Amino acid sequence: MATVDVEALYRSMSRIRTFEEAVRVLWNEGRISGEIHLCLGEEALAAGVMAHHREGDAVSCDHRPHGQFVARGVDLRAVLAELLGLEGGLCAGRGGHMHLFSRPHLIATTGIVGAPAPLGAGFALALKRLDAGKVAFAFGGDGAANQGLYLETLNLASVWKLPLVLVCKDNGWAVTTWSRSVTAGDHVERARAFGLHAERVDGMDPVAVYEAAGRAVAHARAGKGPALLHARCSRLEGHFLGDQTVRTVRDPGQNRETGRTVIANATARNGGRLRDRVLGLARLGGAMLRLRRGLGRKNDPLRRELPLPAEARRRIDREVEAEVRAAVDAVRQEAA
Amino acid sequence: MKRMVFEEAVDAAIARAMEQDERVVVLGLDVPMLRAGLYARFGEGRVLGAPISEGAYLGAAVGAAMAGLRPVVEIMMVDFIGVALDALLNHAAKLSGFTHGRWTNPLVVRTACGAGYGDGGQHGQALWGLLAGIPGLSVVVPSTPEDAFGLMTSALAHDGPVVFLEHKLLTTNWLEFVGRGGRASLRFDVPAAGHEGEVSGRPVPLGAAARRRAGEDVTVVGVGVSVHRALAAAELLAASGVSCEVLDLRSVRPLDRDAIVASARRTGRLLVVDEDYTQFGLSGEVSAVVAEAGVPVRFARVCTESTIPFARHLEDAALPNVARITDAVRRLVGEPAPIGDAAPARPSPVIHPAVAPRA
Repeated sequence: MATVDVEALYRSMSRIRTFEEAVRVLWNEGRISGEIHLCLGEEALAAGVMAHHREGDAVSCDHRPHGQFVARGVDLRAVLAELLGLEGGLCAGRGGHMHLFSRPHLIATTGIVGAPAPLGAGFALALKRLDAGKVAFAFGGDGAANQGLYLETLNLASVWKLPLVLVCKDNGWAVTTWSRSVTAGDHVERARAFGLHAERVDGMDPVAVYEAAGRAVAHARAGKGPALLHARCSRLEGHFLGDQTVRTVRDPGQNRETGRTVIANATARNGGRLRDRVLGLARLGGAMLRLRRGLGRKNDPLRRELPLPAEARRRIDREVEAEVRAAVDAVRQEAA
Repeated sequence: MKRMVFEEAVDAAIARAMEQDERVVVLGLDVPMLRAGLYARFGEGRVLGAPISEGAYLGAAVGAAMAGLRPVVEIMMVDFIGVALDALLNHAAKLSGFTHGRWTNPLVVRTACGAGYGDGGQHGQALWGLLAGIPGLSVVVPSTPEDAFGLMTSALAHDGPVVFLEHKLLTTNWLEFVGRGGRASLRFDVPAAGHEGEVSGRPVPLGAAARRRAGEDVTVVGVGVSVHRALAAAELLAASGVSCEVLDLRSVRPLDRDAIVASARRTGRLLVVDEDYTQFGLSGEVSAVVAEAGVPVRFARVCTESTIPFARHLEDAALPNVARITDAVRRLVGEPAPIGDAAPARPSPVIHPAVAPRA
């Protein structure tokens, strides 16, 4: 395996972060409609895995796809224009944020939780027959790992020995549910039980991700069958931009109405047993506290120590800033 | 009478049923947070948070309903029914038929539907036609808080499976959750009478349409947001002397055939406004109903033709909107579009082949 190019990894992370921050600004201005699931907290993971992408490999993404698209080298202007629903967008404004596709790059997105896994398996099947040595990457969350179609894919990919690299981006949450509370067993052990090469890695550490992903990709490229990389990461902006639960933990005052409704209900007559009600309130409170903790700076992969001089970081950030600004300026002009 | 927003009415109907019947439980992804009121009141024994495993939990709800519970199952958006369709298609819907009515499964699937806020083609579908095509399922689409309460009450009392669709443009929480996200400047075309209104607390029977506006020239039928778009169009058309009758079907299955036939027979012109896809759905079914009744009508439909585009202006144009409805009605009554109307030329309304056109 090639030695780690820390500068390239950091550049990739910086590009993703800067791109997402630009998306946030455009969304806040009301230029982007609907849901936007930023991948803030997944930068190291996306950069570390996608560093192993080779021309001809395929990628399937979930509802949080920007990191993979940026790292894949898809034109930033075209992606931004798609998010704004412009004719000049990657899919002529028809697809949008959760339905980004680039045929020349063999990269696709689905907004259906769990669906990237079988899609990736299909990419892998085609590559195995048509282009040996190529692999398919399939990204999904920890919530998605409880979908039937994901679990079925573990089995299918294994018995067909598909060159598939599944990446579980474990940010701890299944929308508003703490996913461990609804997940039995362990993601890595599950995959191993199906015969996959499976590894756990700190998804906020780009070098560790790069190395673990390298082993997973090598396994798949060598024709030994599918692999799973389970990477713990964070979700710095909630499930999506404007997430009500995040707004509430940041500023509890602005959602008093819901709080009042919950209290009124908890004390209403003709309800459940006292123990059930108390437990319910405690769990809701616990979820909000956990959510607030998750937003903290220590969960930011871009603040991690890296063997890279501060001067190099600043230079990269400046270059990236210029690149993203050019893309934003271009779409603003297109939108005008 | 109490003034409520749409989802308050739905939750109130569920809370009342939960008070009265221990067997009523709510389960689904995120329900402890999304239905925090019910969760705080009834506790986790009766409001059960589930993993993102719709196939398993909807399938389990079918079994639970067969064995004595009365589950309300939440599928966050109806688009996501794809991964769980088997539970409805091959199990919930078939039980009564397979057992000659000796075993039933009282199950309500509560799910958000509908477009108009720019979320793309996997999060804005209607899909009631797809579901209503399955014998054994009931499918309801309320357009007001009153009907939301009344239809949910009837769904909870029904002994078979009912799919209850709540349109995101009518539901303040959903629109805030997935559309606005705290951006106060954003405007959506929310029908005021659908989003908030008086709730009497009376049940609304499954399969009963409601006449929302009486008229002479054209019968316009629809469900959900389309009813409000039709009413807005009827108001505009009245100014130019065209009188529209607007029927809110409320249930897609069972369909109130009598109400459709009676109104179409009187006006002789029938327009279906449907946010669901054009082909093989509600609009075609309505045309079959009048044809089977031998009613001579001029027929047209305004529906969603294809995959809903993401770009807001394209989405608005793709959905049944007031301009498309008034245009279709004018064609039905043979009135030329007013000068300056830039609506593109469309084929003439289909004259039903089974019957002679009305002059």
